[in-house]
Formats: sequence, C-alpha cells, structure tokens
Amino acid sequence: MDIILQQLVNGLSLGSVYGLIAIGYTMVYGIIGMINFAHGDVYMVSAYVTAIAIALLSFFGIESFPVVILGTLIFTIFVTGVYGWVIERVAYRPLRGSSRLSILISAIGMSLILQNYVQLSQGAKQQGVPTLLSGAIRFEVGDGFVQLTYMKLFILCASFIGMGVLTYIIQKTKLGRMCRATQQDPKMASILGIDTDKIISTVFVIGATMAALAGVLVTLDYGGFDFYVGFIIGIKAFTAAVLGGIGSLPGAMLGGIILGLSEALFAGLISSDYKDVFSFSLLVIILIFRPSGLLGKPEVEKV
Amino acid sequence: MSNAVIRKTLVSLAVAGAVTVAQADVVIGVAGPHTGAYAAFGAQLWNGASAAAQAINDAGGIDGEMIKLVKADDACEPKQAVSVANRLVDSDEAIAVVGHFCSSSSIPASNIYEEAGVLQVTPASTNPGFTDRGLPNVFRVCGRDDQQGDVAASYIVDTLAAKRVAVIHDKDTYGKGLADAMKKTLNSYGVKEVLYEGLTRGEKDFNALVTKIRSVDADVVYFGGLHSEAGPLVRQLREQGSKAVFISGDGIVSDEFVSVAGSPKYVDGVLMTFGADPTSYAAGKSVVEKFRAEGIEPEGYVMYSYAAMQVVAEALKQTDLDPVKAADWLHGNKVETVMGTKSFDEKGDLLVSDYVMYEWDDKGKYSMLDM
Repeated sequence: MDIILQQLVNGLSLGSVYGLIAIGYTMVYGIIGMINFAHGDVYMVSAYVTAIAIALLSFFGIESFPVVILGTLIFTIFVTGVYGWVIERVAYRPLRGSSRLSILISAIGMSLILQNYVQLSQGAKQQGVPTLLSGAIRFEVGDGFVQLTYMKLFILCASFIGMGVLTYIIQKTKLGRMCRATQQDPKMASILGIDTDKIISTVFVIGATMAALAGVLVTLDYGGFDFYVGFIIGIKAFTAAVLGGIGSLPGAMLGGIILGLSEALFAGLISSDYKDVFSFSLLVIILIFRPSGLLGKPEVEKV
Repeated sequence: MSNAVIRKTLVSLAVAGAVTVAQADVVIGVAGPHTGAYAAFGAQLWNGASAAAQAINDAGGIDGEMIKLVKADDACEPKQAVSVANRLVDSDEAIAVVGHFCSSSSIPASNIYEEAGVLQVTPASTNPGFTDRGLPNVFRVCGRDDQQGDVAASYIVDTLAAKRVAVIHDKDTYGKGLADAMKKTLNSYGVKEVLYEGLTRGEKDFNALVTKIRSVDADVVYFGGLHSEAGPLVRQLREQGSKAVFISGDGIVSDEFVSVAGSPKYVDGVLMTFGADPTSYAAGKSVVEKFRAEGIEPEGYVMYSYAAMQVVAEALKQTDLDPVKAADWLHGNKVETVMGTKSFDEKGDLLVSDYVMYEWDDKGKYSMLDM
C-alpha cells in the first residue's frame, strides 16, 4: 500500500513538470498551428541559466533559500523569456505565410543551433548545482512510509500556482482575450485592431517562461544537467500535450499528470524497462479513440 | 600449403636464421595511437615498453639477443591498425607485438598476427571480444570489462555478506554487459538478485525505480552504467531514505559523478571497481622511482606497457625466441612483472584480474580499499 501511494506521489511530481513544459507546446500550437521543436532546448537553456543565477547569487553572498529561489526564478524566467522571443523572431516570423514544412525545418534547425551553441560554449560535460533544500515529510502507512521531499512539495505548489496564474491570464485578462481572438481567427483579429505579431511573440515568451519555471524546479531537484537534457523531457512533454489535446491549456496539464502517473505506476508495479513502451502505446490507443486528444476539440475545416 | 602455414614457416625460418647468425636483433613492435586524438596514450605505451626493453637489454637481452623496438602507429583506427600490423609482420619481421591500445584496433590486428604466428600482448584493450575469439596468440595484462563484475560480485558476497541485491543497468552495451557479468557470478555464488531492471539513459527522474528498490528491501544496489545516470540514481535513493550500499564499475570514475549527484554527501560510501593503481605494486617500486627520476610520471598505461614487454621477453626467453611456442608457454606459466605475478588462462586473460574496490568519501574523492 505504501509503495503504491509513494508511486502516486512520484508520478504526480513528474507529471506536473511534464505539464508545465507541455504548456509551451500547446500554446504555440494553439495560436499558429505549429509545433515548436526548439521548446525542449529552451528548457535545457533554462537549466544552465539556473546554475548561472545560483552561482551569481552565491558570489554576492546570498544564501537563504527563499531569496535564492526567488532570485533564480526571476532571473531565469527573464533570460529564458528573451530566448523564447528571439526564437520567434528568428525562426518563425520571417517565414510567416510560407509553407508549414519550411517553418517545421527552421524550428528543428533552431533546436540544433541551441544544443550545439550550449555544448560549444559550456562544454559537453555533465554539470550540477548543489542541493539547496533537503529534508522530507514522512507519513507512516502500514509497515512502511510515504514521503514527499520538501523540494517535491515545492515543485507541486509552484507548478500549480504557475498553471493557475496562466489560466487566469488567458481566461480573464485583456491580453488573454487577445490571445484567444488571435487563436480563433488571426485575420479577423488583426482587422479589429489586434497586433497579431505581438500576440504571437507574447505566446512564445509565455511558453518559454513556463519551460523556465520547470527548468529551475527540475534542476534544483535533480542537480545534474547537460546540453542534451531537453531532448527526452521535450518529447515527453510534447506527448503530454498531444495526449491532453494539443491547443488546450487544461489538456496540457491533464496530459502531463496522466503521463507522469502512468510512467511511475508502470515502472513501479511492472517494469521500468518497458515504461516508455507503455506510455507511448497508451498515447496511440487514446489517439485511436479520441484523435484530438482527451480535452481537444476536433478541428473544424474553415470555409 | 595454406598461406598461414607458409607465413609461419617463413617466420620460423627467419627466426632460425636470426639464431644462427646471432647478430640480428629481436624485433618487437609497439603498436598504438602514436598520433591522433589518443596520442597521449601512445606515448604512455612507448615510454613503458621502451624502458622495459632498455632494462632487459642492459641485463643481457633475451638469450644474448638485443631487443629492437619498432613504433607502429594505428591512430586508434581499425583500418590503419590492420595495415600497420601487416607492415610489422611482413617488412619489419617482428616476432611479437606490445599493443594495440584501443580494443577496436587490437581485435582486427590480432587476426594478422595469428596468421603470421606473432605473439600479441596488449597493455590496455579490455573488450571481452579480444580474447573470446579463441586465438592462441593473444594476451592482455589488463582486466576484462566483465572481470569487473566478478570482483564486485565476490565483494558483495564475501565482504558485504549481502542477501538482497538489486541489479540495475542502463540497457547499453557496456552497462548491461557489466551488470549481466556481475549477476552471473552472483548467481553462481547462490545469491539470486531481488530486482533486475533497466533505466532509460538521458532521464533524470528515477524515483519510481527507487521506490521499487525500497519495496524489495534491497541492501545492495549494483548499477551497470555511466555517472550521468548513477548520480541522480544514488541521490534519489538517499533522498527516499534507502541506506542500501551502492556499487558500480569504472563508468562512474569521474569528478562529474559528484557534480551530477548534486553534493559529495550523496556519493559518500559509494563503491566502485576500477583497476588497481599500477604504481602501488612492491615489485615495481624501483621502476616507478626510475621513471620519476627521469621526469616521466608512470601514469595511466605506462606500467601496464612495461609489464607487457616483460611478459613478451620472458616468454620468448623460455622458448628460444619462437613466438608460437612462447604463446603456448604463457598459457601454463607465471611471469614476474613490475605489476606483480601475472598468469593467464587458456584464452589469454589474466587469471587474477587487477580490479579492486574503491570507495567514494564525503569530500567527493575516491580511494582504494584494502582487500
């Protein structure tokens, strides 16, 4: 019993991270109908920025956890947001209106550029950040225990707050309304006075900030990272976005949680060798019965 | 008569000629990456082998014959290795070779040497495939990748007296090979692993696997793989409160292991198998001092190459400079070297490998354990 509960905790914290990164895929798809293949690498960049931020803060003698984490979050989200904006300016905007294939290739190229640029400038070595927050809450369950480290608890809270704030922005603010209008009909939105280019840039920046939030949390939790770390987690987050229904914000979160839980439970109860086989089979099965994902709306051909 | 037999006859004729003329030298090749990306290792090979040859010549050579070394550069490329092997055999008329360095060079070159009846002793190639193909002329003075697993298994059973061992690997050739070798020996001691699982390279979250390790109540976790996965794995193991002893192979012998784990406190007490420090043998003390006096640090494979040259010279001495007989002789006899007494099994591997246990401490450094 304690083992199953522990696996649920493991899956939930993994899934919330997948969900955060999936938001970037889903929002960009929602607004321009394209997959941002450089998104996983934006996450990777944020891991490096996190390490730089921590080093800078400790250089100035700042050690207390709340200040370090807040400073790191602000710094990383800002720098990574700039990366998101630049990616849109360089790889997407000049190609607006050209075929989907060209944009797809330029996004993949962007991903390779980021990977190689980080590898060349930072080295191919594994890097790490020191542990900042240790300790855990333990619950006795039967003979064993279930534990939630403070860091995992922090990840869960921070990612749900992040998702909540984003949902509020999209649903209730003027910026959110403009985003939704652009998503629905870009041409009409621009006729009605919305600067759609600016909105698309904003969406890229929002996606990057969510990836940065995940990057900070995961880097602080697991310690190690390298220039290739965005690849696997990017694929998983993309899967989560498709699973939940790409284009849908709650879908990305739901997809992330489902993917994280299914991985943890399958690895824990059956076999970790085949956990990826299981998760991707799950994706295929769901797509057979709901081609637009769990919370996605079927696309209606506009005439 | 087959090509091989003709070559063997020619070589034995040449050798016989050398013996009767008594002035020709004993030609021995030192094959390795003398240029290219791995040239530093080639230099180690040359330093060790030439110092040994010098010492043997100073002591009267092999049966009065002086050793003449020939540098053979394979740049650690299989194709070039084959062509320098042919050159060594055909135009230099070498009767023995110390080398090559890379397994990917040693393996194809060994076929050429076998055809020509040339003795090959490598100081550095650890891939099991080098000796597993059953060639009579190949030997190595270093360990095999799978002997590491044996050393770890004996340590788990004899020293730790562990009953519940979890075996984890990274599904890769090296990692899974190492884990499987350990598992095989462990099972032969009558200990059945309580968990055998693979993880995915490149991932960082192994919490689900760690919870599973906790659920089977393992007291030892053996990991076959590299530091990039070992770091997060050991950290998450400790974070979930497991006190299981963590053991791995030479895939984690890097400072990066500590940085990936996040803090030296997580690697404290981690055990690993790795070749014994070659300068620590009593038999090699004077040689080590001599190297240092000449300004050469006997690092890496210098002492291994020294020992390989000693093995070659001793075998040739015992068999009147006949490399085919020398190979045969080595299969049943011991040789004293600067790295202790070496004896070989029927495949040419060391009977007693030099892998030993190292332990990481809370400062992020590792040191050899007394065994």
